[in-house]
Parts: sequence; structure tokens; C-alpha cells
Amino acid sequence: MSSKDIAADEFLSGDAAAAEGAIAVGCRFFAGYPITPSSEVAERMARRLPEVGGIFIQMEDELSSIAAILGGSWAGKKSMTATSGPGFSLMMENYGLGIMTETPTVIVNVQRGGPSTGLPTLLGQGEFMQARFGTHGSLEAIALSPESPQECFDFAIRAFNLAERFRTPVILLMDESVGHLFEKVRIPPQRNIEAVSRKLPEEVPYPPFRADEDLVPPMPPLGDGHHIHVTGLTHDDEGRPEMTPKMQEELMGRLVNKIRLYKDEIMDIEEDGIDDADIVVVAYGITARSARRAVTLAREKGIKAGLFRLKTVWPFPTERLRELAEQGKKFVVAEVNTGQALIMVEQATRKDAVFVGKYGGEPHKPFEILNGIEEALHADN
Amino acid sequence: MPIIKADKYPLDPYLRTERLPHVWCPGCGLGIVLNAFLRAMQKLGMDPDKTVVVSGIGCTGRTAGYVKMDSFHTTHGRAIPFALGIKAARPDLNVVVFSGDGDLFSIGGNHIIHAARRNIDITVIAVNNFIYGMTGGQLAPTTPETSITTTSPYGNLESPFNMAGLMAIAGASYVARWTTVHARRLEKGLEKALSKRGFSFVEVMSPCPTAFGRRNKMKGIIDSMMYYQKYAIIKDNPNPLDGVIKPNEKFVIGEFMDAEDEPTFDDKLWELTKRDFLETSQADRAKWILEHRRHLETLATLIAGENIAPQEGEMDE
Amino acid sequence: MVTEAEKQRLLEREAATIPRGDVYIVEERCKGCGLCIAFCPKKVLVESDRINEKGYHPPELVEKPPVDVCINCGFCERICPDFAIFVKEKKVNNSEQ
Ligand SMILES: Cc1ncc(C[n+]2csc(CCOP(=O)(O)OP(=O)(O)O)c2C)c(N)n1
Ligand code: SF4
Ligand code: SF4
Ligand code: SF4
Ligand SMILES: [Mg+2]
Repeated sequence: MSSKDIAADEFLSGDAAAAEGAIAVGCRFFAGYPITPSSEVAERMARRLPEVGGIFIQMEDELSSIAAILGGSWAGKKSMTATSGPGFSLMMENYGLGIMTETPTVIVNVQRGGPSTGLPTLLGQGEFMQARFGTHGSLEAIALSPESPQECFDFAIRAFNLAERFRTPVILLMDESVGHLFEKVRIPPQRNIEAVSRKLPEEVPYPPFRADEDLVPPMPPLGDGHHIHVTGLTHDDEGRPEMTPKMQEELMGRLVNKIRLYKDEIMDIEEDGIDDADIVVVAYGITARSARRAVTLAREKGIKAGLFRLKTVWPFPTERLRELAEQGKKFVVAEVNTGQALIMVEQATRKDAVFVGKYGGEPHKPFEILNGIEEALHADN
Repeated sequence: MPIIKADKYPLDPYLRTERLPHVWCPGCGLGIVLNAFLRAMQKLGMDPDKTVVVSGIGCTGRTAGYVKMDSFHTTHGRAIPFALGIKAARPDLNVVVFSGDGDLFSIGGNHIIHAARRNIDITVIAVNNFIYGMTGGQLAPTTPETSITTTSPYGNLESPFNMAGLMAIAGASYVARWTTVHARRLEKGLEKALSKRGFSFVEVMSPCPTAFGRRNKMKGIIDSMMYYQKYAIIKDNPNPLDGVIKPNEKFVIGEFMDAEDEPTFDDKLWELTKRDFLETSQADRAKWILEHRRHLETLATLIAGENIAPQEGEMDE
Repeated sequence: MVTEAEKQRLLEREAATIPRGDVYIVEERCKGCGLCIAFCPKKVLVESDRINEKGYHPPELVEKPPVDVCINCGFCERICPDFAIFVKEKKVNNSEQ
């Protein structure tokens, strides 16, 4: 019996677990460029992909890495790249090409301190907004934020499944602390891994952008006589450039709605002790672990606090937060930046939140968030 | 007999005819290059179903939109890595990059050097029109010194790339330069490039009467084309270092590199996925890698070798 | 001395040995660039008076046999940037001289 047939526990870093999750769900093409703290993803892929019949290429930079995985995806492979802040910035233009050409792929960003070269080896969560608004134009993004190596594994699988389901690039928004954390990861037997694959057209030729009722078009494979044309220009469902206001509205509308209409299917929020809570702590990634501890400490002190953890950071759960705000709850936002999820939370709840930001490259200490909870308790909004 | 009216063209099976006439200006050389490419495909009996054309952005980049094949119009500068991704994932497909000089050698310059170094099995058709056509005639990395462009209104201060030479030195398996006037040789060169295993590169000097010629003493479409007839010299096995192009001076065209076939980058990537290769010893793997590396001796000989005396070139037809 | 008549006969005989072409045009694609006209080695193409939908004058074939005729060299179809003009070898029997 091979190890794939039974569940196995492995002691893995978050980076390695993300690579293993990708392989488990069928990723067979990786192109990337080394950058701390994501290099371990590439290193794991370099060793593992050939073993499973996959292709690994270290590219000349991140511009080419993302271009190559888009090509790899059209060529029929589940494809991924991994990078960190500076490389993520370089990838932004072709992230947009991926959105526009509806190319399923996964981009891992193991966040470090920024801007610029910033803190290569230390923690940051400064790409919360960039993951959503980093490329030009209007779009809806999907981004997942794991808090442990186990979730790096699980979310890598989910990221691919969402990418293939919605024919769009998905961001696995990790951070340095989670990426470098070593923990036991339970790897389920292969048969228990749910792997979604893109819809394939039933007729030849099939236009590459002709959507089904769910607004997602089947994706014609190369080399089968579909003669597809794929362009980053505004195009009709045949891929013909059509730069008219009508076409732009039609296309943008569909690209955005194919995500918006399925927001509930995509969003994954952990609500822990929210129902009776007076204070809701919003956090994601490594920060959620400190926040969970802070909430426990608060409860021990008799403060009714709860954790609202963004396992998916995008799409953002605006409606749910608004609902909680209308129940009179107060909000604390903890993250490793100067206030990004904060903007979204305040916009959703229409009230000020207590912000517990850190940006020195260290994760939060639970008492820092606890202080925030206490501050919220005494605030008068 | 007068001219006979037709509603079909012999290359129509390779074209998205419903999109013709194309966007290119009257007398633009791009259609001539595309014509030569399709003829070469036809001659070789290449299956359009198994051929993928990848372009970047620019007038040349629009090519992908006219071929009746799987085709990609990507982003500015990134056609090469996009194509590399396709070829690495699907080595059974013929992958052709068709793009402009600015796209491939300015914004995409790093990628093309590395693609040549890796010897990935793709064919690159690089159109050198001395200019950024699409954006209205700005300086390109191929613009000859002193030329007037909208961003070098006092004359270009910079020296252009010798694209063909650069590719030969970077490790390409096949490198040629032709012009749109040398249409038949261009077609032959493309046939060779397309049948070559490994990174093959054809630079095509092609007129942009609209954005370059007009500002640089080429009065019209015919003048722009005649420039190549006047200045091009065909040489046999020219030295890649002699590929420099100077304004209003003779320049060399021909085959700068034609190396022997050997396993390409994509071959090697797939070899690596084979069990016995993975399970053999590191020493054996190293031996295999060294046996299958690029043989750059051809290049060394070329560069060290004597120049072959230039022969006056004439229009080859 | 070769007589004029003899010369004419010789020319015709020689002309019969070289290939001849029929020239075709997809008029709506022509952009009137004049490249085919300028590069035809036999100078048998001229701008016509006709105007196509896009407002361009497509070329016309004006042959003066036996010498000034299309020789099916194929250059016009290679130099035309617009997939508009092409030649086919003339069938020997219907060659009009
Ligand atoms: C990132 C980016 N920068 C700039 C542009 C604008 N742009 C479009 S085409 C082009 C130049 C194209 O020149 P070349 O590759 O020589 O193609 P040509 O039009 O001459 O065929 C530029 C600068 C762009 N589309 N994207
Ligand atoms: S601008 Fe120049 S390169 Fe572009 S289509 Fe016109 S002639 Fe061709
Ligand atoms: S085939 Fe040759 S001779 Fe005949 S019209 Fe064309 S260019 Fe002229
Ligand atoms: S070369 Fe083509 S486009 Fe130009 S005039 Fe002749 S037929 Fe027309
Ligand atoms: Mg150019």
C-alpha cells in the first residue's frame, strides 16, 4: 500500500505544506523565482514535481514566472507560482491578464515586511489590499489566508479548486510566520482529496469566452482544433478584440459577477464565540492565532469577545459584518500593517473599530490584542 | 488577360479571414512577414491545429489575432515566457512567438536572452521595424543612431541592439536575419527555423512607413522598402558580431547560426520526470546533462573565424 | 541578318518556354500600397481606376505579349502585405498570344 492510500502525518513548514497541497490537488506545473520567505515553496516543488510527472522551472524573474504559469494553464496543466512582496508587485500586470483571459492558476504570496525590499525575513501582512486592488482595472479577487501549515495544505487545495471552478487566478495569501512555521500536517489519502477541474467544452470549435449559465466559460484545450484566440484586450466570446463601451460593460460585468454571485460559496469565515459577543475581533493569517488566544483571555476576564477569522480575505464578508454591527457589537481589527482590513471592516460596520496594528515584523502578542478588546469595551461607539 | 477577381486567397485556410483586412497601414511590412510565415508552414505541411502563435503587444503583436490557430495576444514583453510555459507543458505543440522589436528586446529583453540560453524549442519571429509602431513612432532599442523619432526629435543618441548577434551569442540554435524585400529567402529561413529543434530566431527587417519612414527621409511606402534593397548585403555564414546595423550603411543579412540538433530544454524537463532518470545516481545524471548541453563550439568558431568577404546583395528574385 | 518577322518568331518561341501566370485579386483586401506594382519584375501591373469599398485603387494587369507578360514569378503575392494578390500558373493550352 503506497503512502498515498493512507493518511500520513508529516512535520512540515507552511511553505512546504502549500507545495504538498498543490501537488495533492493535481498541480503539475510550477514556475517561480526565489524570494524570501517563499523560496521553500519553489524548493519543495523543484524536488517533488518531477517525481509526480510535473514540470518545475526556475524563471529569470517574477514577470516571466507568472507569464509562464498562464501559458502552462492554457496548455492544460494546473499551474502555480510562489513569491513574496517585491515579486508580487512585479506579477501584478499579468495577474490582470489572468483575470481578463479567465485563466485558472494559483499565486502564492508569502508576505513579508514592506514597502520595497523592507524586511525580507520578517512578517508582514501588507498585501491585504494589493491582493484585491493591486492590478489596474476593475475586478473581483479571490484570496485565502491560512493560519497554520495544515491550512497551507488545505487552502492550496481549495485555491486550485476555486481557480478551476471559476476560471480565474486565486491568491494564496500567506505570511512569513505561517510560511516558516513547522507543525504536524495531516495529509489525507489521495482518494479523499477533492479535486475540481475546469469545465471542458463539448463541441469543437468552442469559443474560449462563451459562458454557461453560471457565467463561467468552459475552457478549450490547445491543439484540438478550437483555434482559440486569447487576448488581454476587451473581447467578445470568440476572443475577438472589441473595444466598445458595450462590450467592455458586458465583459466586466460577467467577470465581476461570476465571483460576486457565488460569494457565499467562496467565502469561508471562522466565527468563534460571536453569537453572544460584545466585541468581535477580526483577524487573518498568523494574527488570528494571537487573536484566538486574546479572545480566550478576555473570556477568562469575563469579557464577551469572539473571533471573526477571515479564512478567505477576498471576497470580503461585508454583509455579515454589517449584520453583526447592527446587533450592537463592537469591533477590533488586528493585522500586521498600518490598517488595511481595518478600512474594509469600518466600511462594512459603518463605525470606528479599535485597531491593533503592528508593523515591526513581529507577530502580535495576545495581550496586545487583549488590550484592544478592553479598549473597545470602554469605547462609546 | 486582365486581372482575375477572386474571393479566396491561397493562404486563407490559415487566416481568420473574417477579420481581414487587417489593422496594419497600407504598405506596412507586417503582412509580408505573416505571409512568409504561413507559406513556410504550408510548405512544411505543419498542422495549424498543433501550432500555437503567441504575440506580445504592438502592431506586430496583433499577428496572433489573424492566424486561424490557437493564438495568444499577451502583455507587452511577456510573449516569450508565456510561450515557454505552453511549450514546457505541451511539448507536442509547435510554438511560435511573433512579436515586435520593442516587445522582445526592450521590455521583454531579459526573457528572450534566457529563452535562447535555455534552448527551449520555440521559434521566434522578431519584426525589426526600427520603431515603436503601435504607440506612434517612439524610439525602439533597434532605432539606428541619429534617426528621428517622436522621442528622439534631435536624432537618436543611442546605439541599437544587434538582435541577431545577441541571440546567437546567448545560445540560440538557429539565427537568421532577412528583410521583407528578400521575401523568398525569408520564407526559406522561416522554413528552416520552424523545422529546427531548439530555440530558433528570425529577425525580419520590415518597413514601418507610417511611424518611421516618413520622419527619416523615406518619402513613401516604396522608399521604405527600397531601403533594404539598397543596403542589405547577403553573406554566407556571417559572423554574429557583424550584425550591427548603422543608419544609411550596408548591413549584413543571412544565417548567423545553424547549430546541430540536440535535446532541447523541454526535452530535458520531461526526461527529468522519468523514473529511471530520477532513480539513477547523481554521477550518471551529471554525465547525461553534460552530454546533452548546448554545443557552443559552433559559435566559438564563428566568432573566432575569418570574415567571409561580403558579396553584393541583390534582390533575390 | 535576322528579319523582323524572324525576330518576332524567335521571341515568341522563347516566350512559350517560360512559365506564364494568371494574376488574381481579392479586391476588397487591397490597400493600394503599390508594392506589387513597384516590385513586379515584368512591370505588368498598374494602378487601376477601380475603387474598392475602402477607397483604394487595386492593381490591374496590363500585358503586352510576347515579352511584357506575367511570368508567374510569384513576387507580387509575396510582397503584398494584405493577402490580396496572387498568381497561378497559366495552363499552356489557353495561353492567349
Ligand atoms: C507595460 C506596457 N508599457 C507600455 C505599453 C505601450 N506600448 C504598446 S505597444 C508598445 C511598443 C511596441 O513596439 P514594438 O514591440 O516594436 O511593436 P511595433 O508596434 O513596432 O510592431 C508600447 C510601448 C504597454 N502596452 N504596456
Ligand atoms: S504604424 Fe508602422 S508598424 Fe504599425 S501598422 Fe502602421 S506601418 Fe505597420
Ligand atoms: S507573378 Fe511576377 S510577373 Fe506576374 S504579376 Fe506577379 S510579380 Fe509580376
Ligand atoms: S501589394 Fe497588395 S495591397 Fe498593395 S496594391 Fe498590390 S494588391 Fe493592393
Ligand atoms: Mg517595432
